[in-house]
Amino acid sequence: MTRSVTVLAPGPLCTVQDAGRPGLAATGVGRSGACDRASYRLANRLVGNPADAAVLEVTFGGLRLRADTDVVVVTTGARCPPAPAHNSPLELPAGRELTLGPPVAGLRTYVALRGGIDVPPVLGSRSTDLLSGLGPGAVRPGDVLPLGEPCLPMPGVDVAPVPEPTGDDLAVRVSPGPRWDWFTGAARDALLGSAYAVTGDSNRVGLRLAGRPLDRCENGELPSEGMARGALQVPPSGQPVLFLADHPVTGGYPVLAYVDDDDVDRCAQLRPGQRLLFRG
Amino acid sequence: MRLLPSGSTAVLVELDDLDEVLALYAALVAAPPEGVTDIVPAARTVLLLTDPARTSLPAVAAAVRATTPDRSGRSSGELLEVPVSYDGEDLAEAAGLLGCNAAELVQRHTADEWTVAFCGFAPGFGYLTSASWTWDVPRRATPRTRVPAGAVALAGPFSGVYPRESPGGWQLIGRTGLVAFDLSREPAALLRPGVRVRFVPEPAR
Repeated sequence: MTRSVTVLAPGPLCTVQDAGRPGLAATGVGRSGACDRASYRLANRLVGNPADAAVLEVTFGGLRLRADTDVVVVTTGARCPPAPAHNSPLELPAGRELTLGPPVAGLRTYVALRGGIDVPPVLGSRSTDLLSGLGPGAVRPGDVLPLGEPCLPMPGVDVAPVPEPTGDDLAVRVSPGPRWDWFTGAARDALLGSAYAVTGDSNRVGLRLAGRPLDRCENGELPSEGMARGALQVPPSGQPVLFLADHPVTGGYPVLAYVDDDDVDRCAQLRPGQRLLFRG
Repeated sequence: MRLLPSGSTAVLVELDDLDEVLALYAALVAAPPEGVTDIVPAARTVLLLTDPARTSLPAVAAAVRATTPDRSGRSSGELLEVPVSYDGEDLAEAAGLLGCNAAELVQRHTADEWTVAFCGFAPGFGYLTSASWTWDVPRRATPRTRVPAGAVALAGPFSGVYPRESPGGWQLIGRTGLVAFDLSREPAALLRPGVRVRFVPEPAR
């Protein structure tokens, strides 16, 4: 009998995510995958899954699922009471439900199920890429998600002591990007000396930020160039966009700076209204 | 060659022109530096994405500097024939913009051999260039909200094939039955950087 869970309610947005599709960017296919990679890796470790197993990425809680067979589950990232399994794996007996309320702080919760979610991979990955449309698509009510067979031992960890996402301002490390010198001194000072608020237009593609405008001194047209996660791309409005997992492979606006890769995970937990402080 | 910073896991290499991009890209793909997960060519740059657990940025930078560009790139790639019905909505207008007639535009488009320089915009969307195609085609003033899959189009110095229905601002000169991006095929994308393309006219239907 196939092991599975049934989604009763997905919440505002729930997608299947794994480590993504590296290696295809030259054909216009971005990596995608979990937005907060550290929380994703922790979730798989805690239930004894392979490092690249597929999990659920739940945006702002609201997920309700039912175990169709006994299954070990854990949540990481944003903690969503009353779900009892945060950073602490739990056996969910067949027929029992797991309910995620709104998160206490943070935005994205990773729900790993022992064995991993075994939907058919697309180009080597089970991730849903909301920009390109590749992957299984957003999870819907009634979806039955098949689970793989466990292949690794449980790690024997009761609780992983990791800090929760912040509900306050977040300071992150940045370094100059390839077009740092296309911007005025005032723009560089603004980036490093003022706060940028996350707006409601943000999604898995990127955080759209609002703050002091970042003006250019070099106004030539930029031929499109490759970009990585963590890029702070500045469109003509002067309001930067911080690229997350589903960012386009190439972009035509200059990248002023990059957020350190490890810190991008923490940025992926920011809600609209929270502020980012960039530290050089 | 200029190496530009791109965060803690990537390096951007800026070159003088597209031919240099193709030459460096071909050499890097033939012998990728250890720990590099993706090599992304564009109009004037090549981006290298790395796995920080397997390499360091200084090591990748050194490997790039030690790479000898492969200048045979434009003539040695796999050759793909793309059958085209030249009945695109913008064919006459595009020809007018270039100061010729539709027949001459088709003749030039099919006479030249094209090379996929880089991809972007959508999975499997290749930007094709040709050494003997010197025209610069303006984009449509108002982009279309729906361009059909298989549309063969022009914009700037590039030609392209829409891999699926999408919005688009390129001038549509024809269509092909070739499926440029097919998830059930390996590889899914036909128009990969370095692939050579010849457009073959089909009788208009």
